[in-house]
Amino acid sequence: MLEQTGVSKPETSNSRRFKFSVSTFRFWLPLLAAGWQDVNSRMNEMVIEAGKTERHYWADLWRYRELFFFLSWRDLLVRYKQTVIGVLWALIRPLLIILIGTVIFGKMGGMLSDGLPYPVLICAATLPWQFFASALAEDSNSLITNANMISKIYFPRIIVPASAVIVSFGDLLISLVILAGLMVWYHVPPTWRLLTLPLFTGLAFFASFGVGLWLSALNVKYRDFRYVIPFIVQFGIFVSPVFFTSSVFHAKHVGPAYLWYDLNPMVAVIDGYRWALGGTAAFDAWGLAAALTVTALLLFSGLKYFRATEKAFADII
Amino acid sequence: MSDYAIKVENLGKKYLLRHQAVGRRYVALRDVLADKARSLFQNRKSEIANRKSVEEFWALNDVSFEIKAGEAVGIIGRNGAGKSTLLKILSRITEPTTGCIRLRGRVASLLEVGTGFHPELTGRENIYLNGAILGMHRAEIRKKFDEIVAFAEVEKFLDTPVKRYSSGMYMRLAFAVAAHLEPEILIVDEVLAVGDAEFQKKCMGKMGTVAQAGRTVLFVSHNLQAIRQMCRSVILLKQGKVACVGEAHLGINMYLDQNASAQAGTTDLTTHPRQRAAEVGRLLSLKFMNQQGEQVARLNHTEDLLVEVRFRIDQPTDTLDIPMAIVHAEGIKIFSESYSDRFPKLQLGVGEYTVQFSIPLKFLKLEAYSLAVGLFDGPRYGDFIEGLPLPELVNEAADSHMETHRWGFVRIPVAWKPVSPAATV
Repeated sequence: MLEQTGVSKPETSNSRRFKFSVSTFRFWLPLLAAGWQDVNSRMNEMVIEAGKTERHYWADLWRYRELFFFLSWRDLLVRYKQTVIGVLWALIRPLLIILIGTVIFGKMGGMLSDGLPYPVLICAATLPWQFFASALAEDSNSLITNANMISKIYFPRIIVPASAVIVSFGDLLISLVILAGLMVWYHVPPTWRLLTLPLFTGLAFFASFGVGLWLSALNVKYRDFRYVIPFIVQFGIFVSPVFFTSSVFHAKHVGPAYLWYDLNPMVAVIDGYRWALGGTAAFDAWGLAAALTVTALLLFSGLKYFRATEKAFADII
Repeated sequence: MSDYAIKVENLGKKYLLRHQAVGRRYVALRDVLADKARSLFQNRKSEIANRKSVEEFWALNDVSFEIKAGEAVGIIGRNGAGKSTLLKILSRITEPTTGCIRLRGRVASLLEVGTGFHPELTGRENIYLNGAILGMHRAEIRKKFDEIVAFAEVEKFLDTPVKRYSSGMYMRLAFAVAAHLEPEILIVDEVLAVGDAEFQKKCMGKMGTVAQAGRTVLFVSHNLQAIRQMCRSVILLKQGKVACVGEAHLGINMYLDQNASAQAGTTDLTTHPRQRAAEVGRLLSLKFMNQQGEQVARLNHTEDLLVEVRFRIDQPTDTLDIPMAIVHAEGIKIFSESYSDRFPKLQLGVGEYTVQFSIPLKFLKLEAYSLAVGLFDGPRYGDFIEGLPLPELVNEAADSHMETHRWGFVRIPVAWKPVSPAATV
């Protein structure tokens, strides 16, 4: 391989001077010309052995990165193919929740609103929550809907749940329009804090991916696991501060529940969103730290479980 | 160190067959929890009984072979011999239980045409998507895009969702993408069994060029003719083990003999699919024999094929006719004959009968043909069955004029006269 495409050594008198650069070229040129992975795959032989497929795991993931983009792109494209319905759907669901939340809790409950107009407050919670909930739903079904591909083609299976989260992410980006609209309507001035919004979104992304990994793998193994997901979502909307604020929760001192509250990563995400929009509640660094830890644990354990089960996907799906 | 592209050593794949209660298609968490809870309260005995209901099944067992770089190898074997499992392990879809495989070069596997095609997406979008699924890079697909489109003949419909494609167009597009992969090792399952005759021919041609371009091709098919054409050697699998590795004709003959002994009897026609329900009577069974009356799965092309058909008459008839036809594998009807061409139409009462006829094989090429037979009785519907594959035609004398690349579907022995100088005027 190197001999074939390498630059031949010049036979002139000043070849000594070029020696260093030529030999460097001889090594690097083929790599640059043929692309790293092609050379890599041609030179190395691949060994498939019982129980040792993990060896190529991360290299493979990198090699298949384009498939990840294409699958995400496919899911997004299919989602918004009938453009009006697709985009409207991404707006209607959060809008309805904001409306109901504002009317029921805002007008009747008279809760604290951390210095934000109540619709903005609810919106800041609804968007990440909707993202989280729909990512879980998409993820848990993702492997089953792509069963055909999994049983016929090799690729790192983790691409499937990862690209499923991207679709929900697309919805989130669209529904940010609502947030922008409400901020303009209620004269909520953007501050530098708004720049931290992507960070909290990232946290939500990884949290949902971590849980999604668990759910998708469990769903392949136990087909009735999908009935658990609506339950998680329904339950989650009440333990996360979607319709109330964390300051209300802390003010009431809800006993031992207090300890569990912060372990829900969505608490930190929603609090973060509200803080980024200029909410007056103090920034809860401990809550954020707890959320980061829990997310990391979820991601790590999800990854581990997924990888342990993924070898058998093609056999049981 | 030899120049192998694929080296398989002691490969085995074990599946666990759960003999579970009917209706439990999947493992459900509900059941698992229920079983766990039950076992808490029951004694150990039932647990052992539970364990017994799991049976081990070795889909592949101690399979070893080596394939040289640039070789086209066919994998044959009866259903359940482990061909698909082998391909799945080679293409890394599932893990082996034992053993080791060494692959040199980029592997592309094509176990199904059109995997990952999305009906809502356009042809153009699906080309990119499917290419990526098959392991192509975007730049690679872009470079080959026009070629793919030209091969698939779908220029006009590139921006139409593939759900509106005809099934032929769909298949063409799907194969076109796969055909333009450029791996060093290509693994192909029986994907060519779909599509019309022309499409199949095109696919075979493309596969042939891939094989000739020095790539290693592994090809599973039941189409022995295709294997003969493309592959110089074959691997014959039998019940998860390698029964034979070697030259194509040896392996194929062994496979056919194995089939013949497995058939050992007659082809049952009663369960064969039919267009309509029979009224007058029904075809029961079919036997292929040589002139000595021995049942055969392959015949030398110089022999005659003797066919025996057993049928039942349910309604008395006095104008029964028995038609037969030979159809080429590409769907071309070669010829047809009727019992009434030779004898008057039949007067038969209720009962079972047999009829025999023999076909001279010297007019057929060494290709796959099928037989159609029927029972006709004027306006009343008799019975008609198509697509009964003829025994494999072989060329034991290895005559050069039996080569398969000749034109046409039949072979007429032409009487050549020696060349002589042209008479000058």
